Amino acid sequence: MGRYIARRLLIAVPTLLAISFVMYAILALAPIDPLSQFGADPRIPPEARDQIRHALGLDQPWPIRYLKWIQGMATGNFGYSFMSHSPVIELLLQRLPNTLAVVGVAYIVGFLIALPIGVFSAVRRNSIADHVFSTFAYFGFSVPTFFTGLVLIIIFSVKLHWLPFVYDSNLKINDFGSLVAQLRQSIMPIAVLGFFEAAVLTRYIRAEMLEHLPLDYVRTARAKGLLERFVVIRHVLRNSLIPVVTIIALGVPAIFGGAIVTEQVFHVPGIGELLVRSIFQGDTPVVTAVLMIFAVLVVAFNLLADVLYAALDPRIRYS
Amino acid sequence: MATTTQRVTTTVATPERVRPARSLWGDAWYTFTRDRLAMMGLFVLAFLVLAVIIGPYLYTGTQLIDFARSLEGPSPEHLMGTDDLGRDLLGRVLNGGRISIAVGLTAVFIAITLGTTVGAIAGYFGKLDNPLMRITDLFLSLPVLPLLLVLVYLFRETLKAIFGPELGIFLMIVFVIGILNWMPVARLVRASFLSLKQKEFVEAARCVGDGDGRIIFRHILPNSLSPVLVAATIGVGGAILTESTLSFLGLGFPSDVPTWGRLLFDAGNFIDIAPHWVIFPGLCIFVIVLSINFVGDGLRDALDPRRKI
Repeated sequence: MGRYIARRLLIAVPTLLAISFVMYAILALAPIDPLSQFGADPRIPPEARDQIRHALGLDQPWPIRYLKWIQGMATGNFGYSFMSHSPVIELLLQRLPNTLAVVGVAYIVGFLIALPIGVFSAVRRNSIADHVFSTFAYFGFSVPTFFTGLVLIIIFSVKLHWLPFVYDSNLKINDFGSLVAQLRQSIMPIAVLGFFEAAVLTRYIRAEMLEHLPLDYVRTARAKGLLERFVVIRHVLRNSLIPVVTIIALGVPAIFGGAIVTEQVFHVPGIGELLVRSIFQGDTPVVTAVLMIFAVLVVAFNLLADVLYAALDPRIRYS
Repeated sequence: MATTTQRVTTTVATPERVRPARSLWGDAWYTFTRDRLAMMGLFVLAFLVLAVIIGPYLYTGTQLIDFARSLEGPSPEHLMGTDDLGRDLLGRVLNGGRISIAVGLTAVFIAITLGTTVGAIAGYFGKLDNPLMRITDLFLSLPVLPLLLVLVYLFRETLKAIFGPELGIFLMIVFVIGILNWMPVARLVRASFLSLKQKEFVEAARCVGDGDGRIIFRHILPNSLSPVLVAATIGVGGAILTESTLSFLGLGFPSDVPTWGRLLFDAGNFIDIAPHWVIFPGLCIFVIVLSINFVGDGLRDALDPRRKI
């Protein structure tokens, strides 16, 4: 087991390096000048522009810039934003808590909704409730999250005036009133992401339960007189959740991607919103750093999924 | 799936049912037509596709800028209402749907072609298997949506300059979605190539002197196409969603190309006074993706030989 994890880690590091190299190369070779924003300003004379270029190290060939960048990343120096001139790491640390709060809560909510529904649908297969839930699950992952978000805004903010539709990040939670305000502004983004996740996970949990329900060990459990409740929860559900755990781990990067859209709809100042804003501003250091964070997320959760799968299922051979 | 049991009961209940000719596709079609959700999806999909192909010839609505009529709700004259410039929304939705669907189909075509090629080479030629699969794994580890956004931003101007605004953006979006979505197909094709190349019929083909090319294209590839077809169908829905996401974030088509995502992006600022502008394009995306998913799932059930009686 230890050796398996070590080997997976050894694969993850070069993967991450390769991804960072590819992404850096794309950004460096792209036909857009990172200095195009203030470089195009006619008030800046060409000599000054060259100086800026030199000061930012942009006159060096890009493979060297890449090496320096990687070196900086390794020591926690993510560079400086072209726009705000503050360290990128500061911007990221400002934004990350908002994203993590929304994404994390949404994921948990999604799972908590999906688990009972998935189990129920599988046990009562082909019942009316199962058909209703399955149809909802289909709706859930066919509807684009930005549409769900906009519809929620129309209903709850525009028509009913119940909830605010702009996320106020300056809100400090120091009393009961501000806590309620925080909850009110978080409900819709969390609901949008949570609904989508719930739809995806319901289908997986239902499908896995259905795979396991007709197996022999289930019949044995029933034959020895166990209550159906225990058969389902202790035997079938536990085994069915093994692949679901990996699905959950693998799905984390995707839900961060989904958060980009949701943050945009509700103006949540998270890293997704930062990415879109920086892309429009041509703020290359921030864009590279956010991309890198997403890449780390993908690789890390792929690794976690592999390790969890191996740890939870003793039948897996570590090869 | 719910449909499996229904199918079981119908087949069992009428075992004497006459089924004269049996072919793979005939069987699949037979199973498919018995899947109510899939058939419903197919009809809705056919209706939408016909509507956007024929619709713009029959109905354009008033596309002239008329501020006196801006942001009107649905009325007999403007069935979906008007936008901020007083243009008829139904006409724009029909027109934009063409591009949304075209993007979906073309992007998936690129992804499938690329994925099948890589998968077939990796599965058939053992030497190339490892390097190609490492590349596939690498692509699978890329953060897709963020990278899409960056690629679109970076290459938009260049392609616009070469191919013109509409075609340039179309090519770029289609290409970028394609090259970031071929990996699952490559894995599917590789897996079925690996198992099929060991089979007796391939050995037989080699014995009668067939070359690699003929074995790949005549013998193995047709046998590994059904999972690809299912992946392609569902992929079209995914690509339509991706395009509308890009357009919604302002990184897709320009506003004179009213794809459904772009319409939503434009409508975002008027959400409090003109909710109809959000609802109709959004419903279009939702309904088409939903029906594609139903059709895809029906196909999966129909083409999977293990689920047949």
